[in-house]
Amino acid sequence: MKITVTVNAADYTRVVEPRLLLIHFLRDDLRLTGSHWGCDTSNCGACVVWLNETPIKSCTVLAVMADGQRITTVEGLAAAHRLDPVQEAFAACHGLQCGFCTPGMMMTARWLLDSNPDPTEEEVREAISGQVCRCTGYENIVRSVLWAAKHEGGDHSTGGDTDEPRLRAAPP
Amino acid sequence: MQVPAHVEYEKATSVEHALALLSRYAPGARVLAGGHSLIPMMKLRLAQPEVLVDINGLYGLRYIERAGDELRIGALARHADLLSAPLAGEHFAILHDAERVIADPIVRNWGTIGGSLCQADPSEDLSAAFAALKGSMIVHGPDGSREVPARAFHTGPYETVVGPAEMLTEIKLPIKPGCGSAYLKVSRRAGDWPVGAAGAAVWLSGNVITDVGIGLTALGAAHFVAAEAEEYLRGRPADDEVLARAGEIAAQHCRPGADQRGPVEYKRHLAGELTTRVLHVAVSRARWQKAPSSRARETAHPRRAPGAPTAPAGFAPDGKNRHHIGRESDPFPGGHPPYPPR
Amino acid sequence: MNHAYGPLPRKEDARFIRGQGTFVDDIVLPGMLYGAILRSPLAHARIVSVDANAARAHPSVVAVLTGDDLAERGLAWMPTLLGDVQAVLATDKVRFQGQEIAFVVATDRYAARDALELIVVDYEQLPPLVDALTALDSGAPVVRDDLPGGNRIFDWTAGDKAATDAVFAAADVVVGCDMLYPRSHPAPLETCGAVADYDVVSGKLTLWSTSQAPHAHRTLYASLTGLPEHKIRIVSPDLGGGFGAKVPIYPGYLCAITASMLTGRPVKWVEDRSESLMSTTFARDYHMHGEIAATADGEILGLRARVLADHGAFNAAAQPSKFPAGFFHIFTGSYQTRAAYCEVTGVYTNKAPGGVAYSCSFRITEAVYLVERLTDMLARELGLDPAELRMRNLLRPEQFPYTCPTGWEYDSGDYPRALQLALDMAGYAELRREQAERRARGEYMGIGLSFFTEGVGAGPRGHMDIMGLAMADGADLRIHPTGNAVLAVSVQTQGQGHETTFAQLVAQELGLSPDDVDVVHGDTDRTPFGLGTYGSRSTPVSGAAAVVAARKVRERARLVAAVMLEVDADDLEWLDGMWRVKGDPDQALGIVEIARAAHSALELPPGIEGHLDASAVYNPPNLTFPFGAYICVTDVDPGTGEVKVRRFIAVDDCGVRINPMIVEGQVHRGIADGIGIALMQAISFDENGNCLGGSFMDYLLPTSLECPSPELGMTVTPSPHHPVGAKGIGESATVGAPPAVVNSVVDALAPFGVTHADMPLTPANVWLAIQGRPIRTDLAAS
Repeated sequence: MKITVTVNAADYTRVVEPRLLLIHFLRDDLRLTGSHWGCDTSNCGACVVWLNETPIKSCTVLAVMADGQRITTVEGLAAAHRLDPVQEAFAACHGLQCGFCTPGMMMTARWLLDSNPDPTEEEVREAISGQVCRCTGYENIVRSVLWAAKHEGGDHSTGGDTDEPRLRAAPP
Repeated sequence: MQVPAHVEYEKATSVEHALALLSRYAPGARVLAGGHSLIPMMKLRLAQPEVLVDINGLYGLRYIERAGDELRIGALARHADLLSAPLAGEHFAILHDAERVIADPIVRNWGTIGGSLCQADPSEDLSAAFAALKGSMIVHGPDGSREVPARAFHTGPYETVVGPAEMLTEIKLPIKPGCGSAYLKVSRRAGDWPVGAAGAAVWLSGNVITDVGIGLTALGAAHFVAAEAEEYLRGRPADDEVLARAGEIAAQHCRPGADQRGPVEYKRHLAGELTTRVLHVAVSRARWQKAPSSRARETAHPRRAPGAPTAPAGFAPDGKNRHHIGRESDPFPGGHPPYPPR
Repeated sequence: MNHAYGPLPRKEDARFIRGQGTFVDDIVLPGMLYGAILRSPLAHARIVSVDANAARAHPSVVAVLTGDDLAERGLAWMPTLLGDVQAVLATDKVRFQGQEIAFVVATDRYAARDALELIVVDYEQLPPLVDALTALDSGAPVVRDDLPGGNRIFDWTAGDKAATDAVFAAADVVVGCDMLYPRSHPAPLETCGAVADYDVVSGKLTLWSTSQAPHAHRTLYASLTGLPEHKIRIVSPDLGGGFGAKVPIYPGYLCAITASMLTGRPVKWVEDRSESLMSTTFARDYHMHGEIAATADGEILGLRARVLADHGAFNAAAQPSKFPAGFFHIFTGSYQTRAAYCEVTGVYTNKAPGGVAYSCSFRITEAVYLVERLTDMLARELGLDPAELRMRNLLRPEQFPYTCPTGWEYDSGDYPRALQLALDMAGYAELRREQAERRARGEYMGIGLSFFTEGVGAGPRGHMDIMGLAMADGADLRIHPTGNAVLAVSVQTQGQGHETTFAQLVAQELGLSPDDVDVVHGDTDRTPFGLGTYGSRSTPVSGAAAVVAARKVRERARLVAAVMLEVDADDLEWLDGMWRVKGDPDQALGIVEIARAAHSALELPPGIEGHLDASAVYNPPNLTFPFGAYICVTDVDPGTGEVKVRRFIAVDDCGVRINPMIVEGQVHRGIADGIGIALMQAISFDENGNCLGGSFMDYLLPTSLECPSPELGMTVTPSPHHPVGAKGIGESATVGAPPAVVNSVVDALAPFGVTHADMPLTPANVWLAIQGRPIRTDLAAS
């Protein structure tokens, strides 16, 4: 079946089987390997991309369902060589280790901040609760999102967060 | 990752077109809405439909509206739509309580109410919620539409009354004044299917329970309903001993199965425990409908569902606060009674 | 002053935040084929026949390999890392659900999956051995009829039995308990996979694979495939987590290699999540009986343990070969004890093979869990506060080096200081007050402690090897004429940040910026030999090698600088990143200038051939001993059994911290592991041997909502033997956190008379414990 999908603002027309999963269409057909897959049961969220500005788990959507729709992946997060504040945040706050869950986490973070520019920590945790990270224990991902919320305007004068010291050392 | 078997695909352009396609390809055709119940089954090859009838283009089926004394939910409404709709939460807090603990925010963006109901998983939270609210489902078929009470919609695990050439199009919930409702779920982890859950809708007149609906999820209650407990409560005062007794009755009459979430004895206990607790919350809400924040024991936790749903006009971006009932330091909101050691 | 150490943002992040990492499934080669594995649905069965004809006839299928096809090539069985053999594709029997039966190779992944259904296998079902506790009963099904020992794999002991028995006989108090450390799985987010590309013209095999130990794999593949080792190149590209899951060689890799050699085309095989959970290396599964002996006023006298180790169908645990039970015998923990003795019996069952994985530091997770649970139980028995009991018995700084009764020489530590810091951070006294108040109101909170000593950085080549390969690692350091450095290491990051921390190590030694040091890893053609990354060994072993190599470079630079400055080498001292003339520090040269000079026409001193490059192989003299004190606060709802983790305080001592930000990230992860392992992660089996943890719907991993914001503290006790005093941190929190969580829940349930409850503490298991009717968590509920 012939489909035309707009991915990161570019149109792609391909002939695909109806059973082709959207994640495979993006990775294998379009060679956009920034989105990943990590499970069989729609639990892990490594595959999160936007379908018309809404994050979805692309392992649970067929490519044919995206016909005529817009998809945004991590490759489309940066605009004209400038990183999105969310991307800068993850790098500044050590919000990633192996990097496998990171694209999905960033897509959800971007979506959260678009509608809720000043989320609480609880709201951030709720927003990413459908996505698994095995490396970070989520702490620095949450900090990254909160950092991005503070630095959306391009103010990067403060490096990591400048709140109270996060680590206590023993008294000498 | 596991992948589906071969399947054909048609995109419906109207309800009539969808029904015609379902008819033509019956019994091997399945409706494809959010796909978040069907596609996982197809990937595991537990479901192998021959034809998928994609109804995602039927935007007219995606709504939440009040019509007279009914709340009407279009079958294509996404879980996120229901969670963020002030209209839904205003009349039926149980719906927001339940949606908040269904799957996760990303799955809720795409999975539909209709899809979840038609999947008919015995662990589906909304099935119990709609049963508690005594809603009804509108099913369209080649000969027109029919209305089926929520309590008769499910005929067994993964089975509903919707025929191979029919489609669920709407859920209707009667709005009657004096209602307080709530949903409480125990799961092993956020987003997991319930170990057990209970939803209650209570209508009070003074302290007397004039009407009540109790829905149980994953606990082996026939049609998701704790009918005997409802029977017991009608006409009785909403006192602690009465609510406790109702829980015992609900536990007595359900038939949970053992699985990795727990053995039978635990689930039966949960049926009773959660029924009692959720009745307390529903009763509290019925008593204090318009001014929940005036209760000393309540704490407001302002929360916004992330993201505004992208949908045709009819959906306002969410901004409502959601209220928890319970002590601020209480990690288990629900106002459960102090638990004495053995 | 460590100018290069510090919370440097990571160099590797640049590609990952752009989605430009290269993971195995991202690799596409011209003509590449896709493999898929047919797996047994049965746990124990004889294979009567395998008919792949219909699959071979599928238009998109290029080849199908069965056990018989591999047997013809001598590849149906492969040696495991512990001297056993493991089936690659089953020939005679299947011995666990999910075992590999056949390998399909097709032109696309969907067709490969379809073709699996066309293979017809005739099984003769056999009764499975599922309950490890019955493995040695007469009449138990025999898993390995190819071996003489029945279901018994090994018996192993450590410590002095007579001395321990004597101590126990004379003790005032003995507390004992059966406890299970359930089977779990490391579950990295990226599953295992490989792309095998055999070039028929050159005879060279290139294997991109998810391997934590690419060089060790290369050596093993040489003996498995018969290809000469110099014709094998293993490339570990970016790895999406490892945690020990990517240490073994799996049948899928060998099948991909064989298929590539047969077809002359690249073959990709990547497992799906169910395959991963059901067939790749599990972790733990230790049935332990532990006892602790003490005086009436709380002095710990001795410990003893009896363990039944469920190893699954093949003994494929990945650990130093002289230690069949890994380092379990470090179970005396962080306390002074007079005597200790343990016995470990390993058994086969009809389950997937493995056992050593998931940040266990070779079974130290099991050992620490045992001793920390027993310590809490002892405190309860004696009516002592668990913090006070620990403080009383912790090793004192002046006791180091301390040789424990089972032979481990702990070299350094200030344990009481770390525990005190944790108690202060937690506000321990206030928490106990709050607990008492809440109990009076019928609310149940728990405070659980855990103190652990790790033994990592394996290890001294004299007594630690894997398959005869010593656990020493190399580092090659090249300095370009323009002064930039390239460090090639043998270890393999799976997210731990080696590209940054190793650059920091070298930069520190050479007065460079970490930006000027590139770290190369993962490609056996470009890096020196070593045993890879697991057991928190990268910093202790490979980090040391990098430092030694850098110091060699620095010493060569000294010789060149002496010529350049026309002084004696002895007149130079290394100060603030440069070689400076003693007494005249402005006469100084940095590595950049010296490197250029070394490549120039300068008359070089003896010993310098024309560059500054150096390499080193580091043989660690001992393990390193990171340690920590953890405190977990939970709230338990006895009506439902739900547990919420309210706070987690973690004080870690990993010696000198090269990049504190990365260190903290490792601790964050281990705390999440602890919560998951204690509360929800377990793989159990039903009586038919069906694996009940075969997907993420059943094998539950903690989300952002289960993990509180951890509160971290640190002490620094440098390693006395590591060149920069670093100890390693990767597994510490996974070792220390689970007992803290379990201790906390059991503490919460104390008013109900609960003294122990096995993991995972799901709501059902907690509620059953309260009722006094706990069930075994390794078998199906009923």
